[in-house]
Amino acid sequence: MIEAFMTLKFLQYALVAAILIGFTAPLIGSFVVVRRMSLIADALSHVTLAGIALSLLISGMVAQLADLNPLYLGIVTAVIAALTIDWLRSKYKHFQELAIPIIMATGMGLGATFISLANGFSMDLVSFLFGTVSAVALTDVYTILAVTVVVIIFVFAFYKELLFLSFDEEQARVSGIRLRLVHILFMIVVALVIAISMRIVGILLVSSLITLPVAAALRIAKSFKMTIFLAIIFGEIATVLGLVLAYQFDLAPGGMIVLLAVIELIIVMLLERFWIGGKTHEDEHRTSA
Amino acid sequence: METPIIEIDQVSYDYPDRRVLNQVSFQVQQGQFLAIVGENGSGKSTLIKCILGLLQPKGTIRLFGQSQSQFSEWWRISYVSQKAAAFNSGFPVTVAEVVEMGLYAKKGLFRRLSRDDRDKVRTALETVGMWERRDSKVGDLSGGQQQRVFIARALVNDPDLMILDEPTVGVDQRYVKEFYEILEELRRDKRRTFVLVTHDIHFVSKLVTDVIHLVDGRLGCNCGIKEYWELDEQTIRSLYPVPGRVLVHEGKSVQ
Repeated sequence: MIEAFMTLKFLQYALVAAILIGFTAPLIGSFVVVRRMSLIADALSHVTLAGIALSLLISGMVAQLADLNPLYLGIVTAVIAALTIDWLRSKYKHFQELAIPIIMATGMGLGATFISLANGFSMDLVSFLFGTVSAVALTDVYTILAVTVVVIIFVFAFYKELLFLSFDEEQARVSGIRLRLVHILFMIVVALVIAISMRIVGILLVSSLITLPVAAALRIAKSFKMTIFLAIIFGEIATVLGLVLAYQFDLAPGGMIVLLAVIELIIVMLLERFWIGGKTHEDEHRTSA
Repeated sequence: METPIIEIDQVSYDYPDRRVLNQVSFQVQQGQFLAIVGENGSGKSTLIKCILGLLQPKGTIRLFGQSQSQFSEWWRISYVSQKAAAFNSGFPVTVAEVVEMGLYAKKGLFRRLSRDDRDKVRTALETVGMWERRDSKVGDLSGGQQQRVFIARALVNDPDLMILDEPTVGVDQRYVKEFYEILEELRRDKRRTFVLVTHDIHFVSKLVTDVIHLVDGRLGCNCGIKEYWELDEQTIRSLYPVPGRVLVHEGKSVQ
């Protein structure tokens, strides 16, 4: 099997994509989770489906655009949806969570319509729903690499601001940090990460890769840096091992990756219970409060 | 005369259903320790939020001589809110990381904390007696310890003005005394200016130099602490618009 990964180009592309996604999704996911925005990832992934379906529909109708990479339109729709969610949250100040079902419903509605117009599910579309081992193209790898670079630069530039904003928004605002700018850029970056992740994990499972490794890291990390570090380790193990297993057993990688992330979470919780004394930090806090 | 640290001129603020601040004007000079007191709903926290730019009132606010809208040196001001200890206790962040946040505003993009910054974090944590717990998760600490961490965050930048909005709300009574002892320690630097919103002016009366008493969003009284304790019966009645008796003890009004 190792030989297959050494020789087959498509497997190498998939592996590189998995390594990059296993890094970026938990990195950005750490901020998404502590900002309590996990559900936004779900909404964005469903809207991305609409972009992918539209792109496949256009490719089927316009001969010149037959080779259009659906990822591009997926990225565009995800970014538009992220900014719209943010706008809706400002319109429903007291019911901010409403933005999520509104956008999710719009995304699914558009997605279902475009899929029907394209005469139902094609193999291409199924690969976007659950991820793919065999259909990662070189252009996908380049796009994923470009987004990874953007994410790293963004986190490096705004780490301080993002952490402050996540932990204590009012204080961050008082200290003069330009929160609005940081927040808008954050939403765009989340949309980019979701759009690129779905090539390997699939639209339906992408939000799990953003949240599950962080959920496991949160059980044991005391500092925010440690949370990010552990989330990335868990993310990498799940994506790379998930991809290898998916190839070996001819399964959709999305399912394998997410199941591995769930197993990691269960292992962490068991270790925490049996090895670290049976009490979580939160439980301790609750008892002492 | 020196430029006042805070100048409030004819400041009013309306919520949709009522006026919370009504034509409030006062100044705070360098080195003053101003206590803002008043009943619940009298506009104390709204006034603080206006000073900090979290709310946009009518009227003029100047900070360190500059119009608030043009003021950019926010790192000169630190703020401990009454909600400080009401954060998400599951948030994975250590004591040291929280205190470092106090330095973020001064640092530009891509800039990381220097060794000098880490020394400042250490000094601030030592001041509040929390250096030993620097690597603990903040959510694992007791309420009193958490509040000390937030004070360390407010201190780390060596601010010229510290604004504290009922910092002991929700903190166990046994830590309140401890908190005021720390405040006393900080007060040793006479150049630093303090604004404290409080219900317990008795606890801090030896630190306070001036008092503002708000009544239904209006300035009921603005005077030195000595005069505040010696207000006549009529003034006291105007500050507490509820029926009651004014007791006089050893020639002084006891409110």
